[in-house]
Amino acid sequence: MTAARLPDGGRIDRARPLRFSVDGRALTGFAGDTLASALLANGVHLVGRSFKYHRPRGILSAGSEEPNALVEIDRGPGRREPNTRATMVPLTDGLVARSQNRWPSLRRDLGAWTGLAAPLFPAGFYYKTFLGPGRAAWHRRWEPLLRRMAGLGRAPDAPDPDRYANRYAHCDLLVVGAGPAGLAAALAAAEAGARVILCDEGGEPGGSLLAAPDARIDGLPAWDWLADALAELRGNPRVALLARTTAFHHGLQNFVALAELLDRPDGLRERLWQVRARHVIHATGAIERPLPFAGNDRPGVMLADAARIYATRYAVLPGRRVAACVAHDGGYGAAFALHEAGAGIAALLDLRPEPPPALLDEARQRGIPVLAAHGIAGTRGGLHVTGLRAAPRLPDGRPDPARAQDIACDLLLMAGGWTPTLHLFSQARGRLRWEAAADAFLPAGPVEALAPIGACAGTRDLAAALDQGFTAGLAAARACGFAGTRAAPRAAPAPAQSGLPIAAIAAGAAEAGMAFIDHQNDVTAKDIALAVREGFRSIEHVKRYTTAGMATDQGKTGNMPGLAVAAAALGHDLPEVGLTTFRPPYTPVSFGTLAGRHRGRDFEPVRTAPLHDWAVAEGAVFEPVGQWQRARFFPRAGEDMRAAVARECRAVRQAAGIFDASTLGKIEVTGPDAAEFLERCYVNAVRSLKPGRCRYALLLREDGFVLDDGIIARLAADRFHLTTTTGGAARVLHLLEDYRQTEFPELRCWLTSTTEHWAVIAVQGPRARDLLGPFVEGLDIGRDACPHMAAAECQVCGVPARLFRVSFTGELGFEVNLPAGNAAAVWDALRDAGKALGIAAYGTEAMHVLRAEKGYVIIGQETDGTVTPDDLGLGWLIGKAKRDFIGRRSLARPDMRRPDRRQLVGLAPQDGHSVPEEGAQLIRSIDGAGPAIGHVTSAYWSAALERPIALGLLERGRDRMGETVFATRLEDAPQALEVVRPVFLDARGERLHG
Amino acid sequence: MLLIRCPWCGERPEPEFRHAGEAHIARPADPAAQSDTDWAAYLYLRGNPRGWHRERWRHAHGCGRFFNALRHTGTDRFAATYRPDEPRPDIPDT
Repeated sequence: MTAARLPDGGRIDRARPLRFSVDGRALTGFAGDTLASALLANGVHLVGRSFKYHRPRGILSAGSEEPNALVEIDRGPGRREPNTRATMVPLTDGLVARSQNRWPSLRRDLGAWTGLAAPLFPAGFYYKTFLGPGRAAWHRRWEPLLRRMAGLGRAPDAPDPDRYANRYAHCDLLVVGAGPAGLAAALAAAEAGARVILCDEGGEPGGSLLAAPDARIDGLPAWDWLADALAELRGNPRVALLARTTAFHHGLQNFVALAELLDRPDGLRERLWQVRARHVIHATGAIERPLPFAGNDRPGVMLADAARIYATRYAVLPGRRVAACVAHDGGYGAAFALHEAGAGIAALLDLRPEPPPALLDEARQRGIPVLAAHGIAGTRGGLHVTGLRAAPRLPDGRPDPARAQDIACDLLLMAGGWTPTLHLFSQARGRLRWEAAADAFLPAGPVEALAPIGACAGTRDLAAALDQGFTAGLAAARACGFAGTRAAPRAAPAPAQSGLPIAAIAAGAAEAGMAFIDHQNDVTAKDIALAVREGFRSIEHVKRYTTAGMATDQGKTGNMPGLAVAAAALGHDLPEVGLTTFRPPYTPVSFGTLAGRHRGRDFEPVRTAPLHDWAVAEGAVFEPVGQWQRARFFPRAGEDMRAAVARECRAVRQAAGIFDASTLGKIEVTGPDAAEFLERCYVNAVRSLKPGRCRYALLLREDGFVLDDGIIARLAADRFHLTTTTGGAARVLHLLEDYRQTEFPELRCWLTSTTEHWAVIAVQGPRARDLLGPFVEGLDIGRDACPHMAAAECQVCGVPARLFRVSFTGELGFEVNLPAGNAAAVWDALRDAGKALGIAAYGTEAMHVLRAEKGYVIIGQETDGTVTPDDLGLGWLIGKAKRDFIGRRSLARPDMRRPDRRQLVGLAPQDGHSVPEEGAQLIRSIDGAGPAIGHVTSAYWSAALERPIALGLLERGRDRMGETVFATRLEDAPQALEVVRPVFLDARGERLHG
Repeated sequence: MLLIRCPWCGERPEPEFRHAGEAHIARPADPAAQSDTDWAAYLYLRGNPRGWHRERWRHAHGCGRFFNALRHTGTDRFAATYRPDEPRPDIPDT
C-alpha cells in the first residue's frame, strides 16, 4: 500500500499485487492499474521531458489522449516499444518501463538548457535561426546536432519476434466504444438477434461508468448494472466483445479497421480486425480540454476529470493539497470527488464571474474557497508543481499580475470543457458543424448506415445517452431485419452542465509565457500567435508551421484551445477558421499489426517456375522478375557471375544450352474469329499465318507505343498459342479482353490464360536438334521438315507437347511447351543426354547476352513506353495491307514520324574492355556540353566476341553509323562508343537454320 | 476498401477489381479518318468531375468481365453498376 493509494474503492484487485520498475526503481501496484495509475499511487508524477524544451512533464490525463506520459516498455530483446502512453498500458507483473528523452537522468536532464534558450527555439525556428556562420553551417553542424536531440523515444533496433494476426469479420452492427451509450446500443441490437461487434480501447469495457460508482441505472449501482450488461453480452454467441481494441480507421462503406492488443504469452501480440459492418455506431465519447495559462505543463497539473477517474476507478489520490481552475461545471464535480476521497482543496478558481449558485453552495458546505472571475497568472515548482498564482481576469482575459496571490498546491486541476471525439466520424465522410450551444463541432447531418451517439454527439447526460444509444441500436437491428423486445436501460436525468466558451477561455492566452497548447510538440499559445503574425491564415498552415497537433496524440487535447487562440489572432470566429483534416490512425498502430503475416518470406507472393527445385539444387543464383524467381546464372566452383555467364554463353554457341522459359505469359486464343481478332490487335498480318507456323509479333497501345512482344503460333484455323513477356502477361490479357469484350463483341473468339499450364524448355545451339531429336515422337524435326518458325504438336518423352522452332539466341533453337507437371522429368532426360554433348543449363543473364549479340530487343529494356516499332527498326513487322490495328492511327501522328526520333543502334566501346552502364546518357562530346541525345539500353560483356557490346536508343541513330558518341559515367569521364548496326554476330542469320 | 457490385458475381471487395477508365468512350469506327486533334481527344481527354462519374471496372480476379459503374467521385458512393449492353441508369437526384 503506497502513500497515494486510497484504503478502499476503485476497480483494482487488491488481492493481486504486482511488481514493476521504472528507470530501474522497483515499485508495486495492483491488477487493474494502468502504468500511469500505479505510478501516481507511488507518488510518481515526473514521467518524461518534453520534446523541444526538455521541461519536466507529468501525467495529464487518464486516457488515450495523453500527450506527456510517453514511456518505453521493455519486454525483452526485440520487444522494446517506445512512445507508449502510460495511461493505456495495463500493469503486468514484472513490467519494465523507462522514461524517454532525458540524459543522464529524468531528474537531472542536461537537455533542459534548451528550455533556458527557449527564445531561440520558437515555432519554425529552423527557418530563421541556426543558419550560420557560413552557408553549410545548418547542414553540417546544427541540423545533425538538433536532429540527435529531437525525437522522444528510441527506435527499436532488433527484429520483432512477436506474431501479429489478421482477421476479417462481417457483422450487422459494429459499435465503437463500450461506455453507457455504446453498451445500450449493443444490448438493444444483440437481444434483437443481430450479429454485433462491440469494441473499446480501454483495458475493460465500461467507458465513463468505470469512474461513476455512484451513478444508478435501472435501480442498480452503475458497476452492478455494468457487470450484468457484460454478462448478457458475453453470453450471446452472436456478440463479440473486444477490449483493448481501438477502431483506428473508418473506411468506405463501413469498412472499419480495429487493432486488438493481446500480449499473449505465446507471442501473439496484436490482431488486426478488418470489419465490414452493415451498420456502425460511434459511441466514442469526448475529451476534456486543458486551459491555456502560463506554466500549465508542470508535473501535477492535470485534467480535472482525469484526477477524478484516478480517485474513483483506481483508488489513487494524485495530490493532497489540490487547487482547481475551471471554466466548466464539471470541474466542480472533480474537486468534490477528490474532497470526498480525503484531499484538501486549497482553492477553486472559476474563470466565470457568476458560477452556478448550486455549485457555489456545495463548495461552501465543503469548505472549499471559490474565486470567481479568476485565472492563473503562473505556476511554481521545478520537478513538481508547488503552487499557482491566482489573479482576477482583466476584460481582455489576461490574469492581472498586479493583484495575483500565491496559493500552494501539489495538484492543479484544469477543466476547460469537452471536445466530442469525432475523428472516425470524419473519416467516414461525416460533416461537422459548429454548435455554439455545445461550444463544439458536432455531427452536421446523417451519414448512411452510421450513427454517432452519446458524448461524441453532444449528449453528455447519462440518462439521455442510454436512451439515445438504445434507440440507435434498435434502429440498426431493425434495418437488418431484426426486431427487439428488450427494455431500455434507464437512469435519472442529471442537471445540465454549462461552461465558458473556449473562445472566452483562450482570450489573452497568447500574451502569457509558456502557455502550452500542444504539450507533446512543445507548442505554446505565443507560437500560434506568431504564426498568424508571420502571415499564415489557413489553420492547415498554422498547424504545419507550429507543428501543433502533429505529434503522436494528434492534438486530441490541444487542437480546440489552439484553434481558439488562432481565431483570436486572426480576428475571426472560431467556426470560420475551421478544423484540420482528421486522418487515420486514430491512435498509433504498430507496423506489425498492419503487416500481419506479410513479413520476411511471406512479404509478397513468390512465383516459382516448374523447374525451380532443380535450379536450386544446381546452385543457381536467382533474380526477381516481377513476383517470379528466375535462375540468373548457374555458377560452378570458383566462378563469379562473369565467368559463369561466359561459360554458359560459349556452351550455347558451341554446343547447346537448355533454359527454363516457363515464366513467359501464354494465352490460348480460340474460336472461328480468332485470327480476325488477333489481326485487329497486333501489328502483324495474322490472317495469312498458316497452321503449323508462328510469327514474332508486336502489340502496341492505342497511342502507338510498343506494349509487349511475343510469338503468335497458329495450331489450327481456330486455335492460336500466343506468348507474352514474363512481366507483361497480365497487362496483355487485360488489353486483349478489353477489346474483345467492349470493342469487338461481335467476334466469336475466347482468351484463356495458360501461363501456368505450360512449362517451356528452350533448347538452343548448333547441337539442339541432336539433343532433342531422340525424345520427340510424332514429328520430324529435321532441317527441312521443321524449318525456322514452324509450330507443331507432338510428344516429347511420351508427354503431349507443343514444339515451336524459334530462337531468342540466334542459334538453331526449339521451345518445348510441356504440361507443367511433366517438365522436371523431361528436363532431367535432356540434362542427362546432354552431358555427353557438352550441353549446359543457362540462366537469364546468359540469355540477355546472347540475344543482345543478335540485336533482339527486350520489352522494358529497349522500350520504355515511348518507343514505336520503327524506332526499333521493326517497322517491317507491320502488315502491309492492314486497314487498322491497335495503335495504327497514332503511328501517323507527325511526332511519330520525326526524323530525329531515337532509334535502336548498336554501341561498341572504343577501348574494347569497358562495359557501359545501362541507362547511361549518350552525349555528343566528351566535355558533356549539350543535351542528351539518347541512352544505353543494354550493355554486356560478350564471351563470343571477347569485348563489350551495348544497345541503345540514339537520335537519328540509323544515319549515324560509324560516328562516335559518348556515354556518361558517374565516377569517370564519358566513354567513347562507336555507333554500329544493332547486330554483333552472324548478321545474315545463318546460324538460325542449324 | 470499396465494396463493388459486379453485375454477374454480386458484391465483392475492391482488390478483386481493376479500374478501367471513363465509360462510354467508343473507339472511332474509322480511326484513319480522324484528325490529329480528334484522335488525341479520343486518346487523352477524359472527364474529371467532382460528382457523378460513369466509369468502367473489370472483375480481374473474378469473372474477368468489364462492366460500367455510376460513382460519385466526392463520396465514393456507387449509384449503380450495369452491364455493357444495359441502358445507362440515370444520375440520382441526391
